Amino acid sequence: MSAHIVRPYGDTTGDGMVQLSFTLPLPHDKRAEGAALQLARKMGLDPALLVHAKAMGPDFTFFVVYGSTTHLVDVDDVHVVEREYPLLSAKDANTAIKKLLRRRLVVVGACIGTDAHTVGIDAILNIKGFAGEKGLEYYREITVVNLGAQVLVPDLVARARAEKADAVLVSQVVTQKDAHVHNTTQMSAAFREAYPAGQVPILVVGGPRFEEGSEAALGVDRIFGRGTTPGEVASYLVHEMTQRKARPS
Amino acid sequence: MSRPHALLELDPAVVRRARALAKKAAEPVVEIARSHTTVSVERATLRLAGLSGADHERVPWVNHLVSAVRDEVGLEHGVTTPVYDALLRGAAPDLTTLAQKAASGNVSFRLPSGRDATAARRAATKGVGVGLRTIDRSRATRDRLIRRHGDPTSKPWIYLIVATGDIYEDIPQAQAAAREGADIIAVIRSTGQSLLDYVPEGATREGFAGTYATQENFRLMRAALDDVSKELGRYVRLTNYASGLCMPEIAALAGMERLDMMLNDSMYGILFRDINPIRTFVDQRFSRQVHARAGIIINTGEDNYLTTADAVEAAHTVTVSQLLNERFAKEAGLEDWQLGLGHAFEINPEIPDSFRMELAHALLARQLFPDAPLKWMPPTKHMTGDIFRGYLLDGFFNLVGAMTGQGILLVGMMTEAVVTPFLSDRDLALQNVRYVMNAASGLTEDFHPPRDGYIQTRARQVLSEAVDLLDRIVHDSDAAGDAPLLAAIADGTFGLMKRPATGGKGLDGVSERADDYDNPATTALDAWTPPAATRHTSTERAPR
Repeated sequence: MSAHIVRPYGDTTGDGMVQLSFTLPLPHDKRAEGAALQLARKMGLDPALLVHAKAMGPDFTFFVVYGSTTHLVDVDDVHVVEREYPLLSAKDANTAIKKLLRRRLVVVGACIGTDAHTVGIDAILNIKGFAGEKGLEYYREITVVNLGAQVLVPDLVARARAEKADAVLVSQVVTQKDAHVHNTTQMSAAFREAYPAGQVPILVVGGPRFEEGSEAALGVDRIFGRGTTPGEVASYLVHEMTQRKARPS
Repeated sequence: MSRPHALLELDPAVVRRARALAKKAAEPVVEIARSHTTVSVERATLRLAGLSGADHERVPWVNHLVSAVRDEVGLEHGVTTPVYDALLRGAAPDLTTLAQKAASGNVSFRLPSGRDATAARRAATKGVGVGLRTIDRSRATRDRLIRRHGDPTSKPWIYLIVATGDIYEDIPQAQAAAREGADIIAVIRSTGQSLLDYVPEGATREGFAGTYATQENFRLMRAALDDVSKELGRYVRLTNYASGLCMPEIAALAGMERLDMMLNDSMYGILFRDINPIRTFVDQRFSRQVHARAGIIINTGEDNYLTTADAVEAAHTVTVSQLLNERFAKEAGLEDWQLGLGHAFEINPEIPDSFRMELAHALLARQLFPDAPLKWMPPTKHMTGDIFRGYLLDGFFNLVGAMTGQGILLVGMMTEAVVTPFLSDRDLALQNVRYVMNAASGLTEDFHPPRDGYIQTRARQVLSEAVDLLDRIVHDSDAAGDAPLLAAIADGTFGLMKRPATGGKGLDGVSERADDYDNPATTALDAWTPPAATRHTSTERAPR
């Protein structure tokens, strides 16, 4: 047997033992326990041992099952897609920025056009954050300027220049008549016009309806979609700043 | 219950000094609250007068009417005088029609004078009085239902969260949670509702990580919990959030629809949501006055200080926030039994003596606020995908709750930070709570930290750091000559956030009151005093 075939390890090599817990929408009786064992067998546990069953209200039963899985894992056949940039903790991102810039990274954020939905930009920037992650305001080495909603593009450009922004984050939730696309292209064009070539801040746009891979068409550096967390954005900014620093200007 | 000596032997002079400083810090801010109004305070007043509903684009009529009055005569006189003047002049038969006409620009407003002004004010007082009486009736109904069904038999009350985004999914989940043992159901709001400058309308089925707070959703959920209270023979309480830009309106709706608890923190919106400080303090005072009258228990958000900073280093910021929350609440008419002051089990479990420190901090809160139903909140920051370790941590959290006689216990889920809790997670979490309470709640009798031992010393240290911080706050100042507390908030005294009084969301909705400002709701609320013999449903078996 190849050394690259593995099975789960309980207390003996090759025993294949796993533990599993789940709930079935059945009242607790013999039939429910049989149903749990049937599920375990279909999941490849043989033999399966029902070690715990408990009624949760009149309609549900909770089970804990132990069993030996019949499946094998071929380690040679495992393929993983590496993220193009590493996901950093807030602490690591701070350290990286400090080393890279020897000053704080300046991020200017806004909702542009008529869009009044600051949910996205606030989830990324507000210290409250999103999905259990603190927003960029929480990062010691990041200065956040959140301009809020309905910011005009010229005002955004002026403020970005005044704050010497390293990155500009724009959120677009409203998508009627492709407003998000028009607003974004208008924004990126304004930045290219206002800054010397090669010195435009990192332009990041976020929203639920942007097409993946359309960065070039929109004139921005990065698009983030639904469910993006502040940590992902911070990690990306660190990655992109590192790339830019390394690039001969 | 009598005790040989106070558990922590805090120096009463230090405790008095802490409260005196909190009062001193709060006073100028209360003065600002008394001399300003906001669009949301005015909209809440119109809601009390019975104006509800929204146009076809779901913009509420209260928003239309307040904007129209503001554009024509300003906000500084209060909106009710121009509004009722228009009604008396026959511009419309009722508030809704008036708001509809105002939205299309078909009515003009003026600031009446003389007898017209007197008449308008009298009519406004009558109109707004209807909503205030609804609040009083709701309070009486709650008292009656508690007498009929009874309160939970033991403390702490078990607080469980539902958050599906769909009110019609929330209802069966909330009822199931109550049957499993929850005493309090909290419906989490949709992400970002705190930053909406209007209250959505109607029953809602779409939310992000929570369900919108609307009057209709409040009504539906309260009715569902009334059914289950009857079935269980125990009054099940309902909680929502009076925070963000619409704090006063949500408070008014909660009072009328008989919600029982509301999250309502004095500085949360400023620090964690970047809402303008003045807007927040003005809105907060009004909302707390409504809560006081409605017999609602407020829950404050001190847990947030611990999730954004180190829970050991920042322990005293919790105490400071509790003292400020207490002060602002008392000033607004809330009584001790209505103060669900928050604190949380968030110390890094890797550090030595973390449990002893948690005990010390929890006891400190218990001793400082002996008559408040403290809200004890579970670990979140140090919860990982290791659910087994998380379950143990929640057990220790429950143990601190049992040993220190907390009033409200937010049930911790082992799948915190992993998934929206499974049905089984909730069941396991409640088993955890029940085991610990059964096994150890009697420890409040046996547990006496030794004199000058680790726990007493740590508690005194946190209290003295809190006094130092309060002292710094009352001596803070800025170039603009703001109130010291505002200056302290502006220069980043609280956590990492600098929030100047001139920044943040919602500032444009604030107006300084003119001399002729009139608002029958604030007049009535300022004059209101709690009923003499208030029912003490939340009297603690507090260790003293």
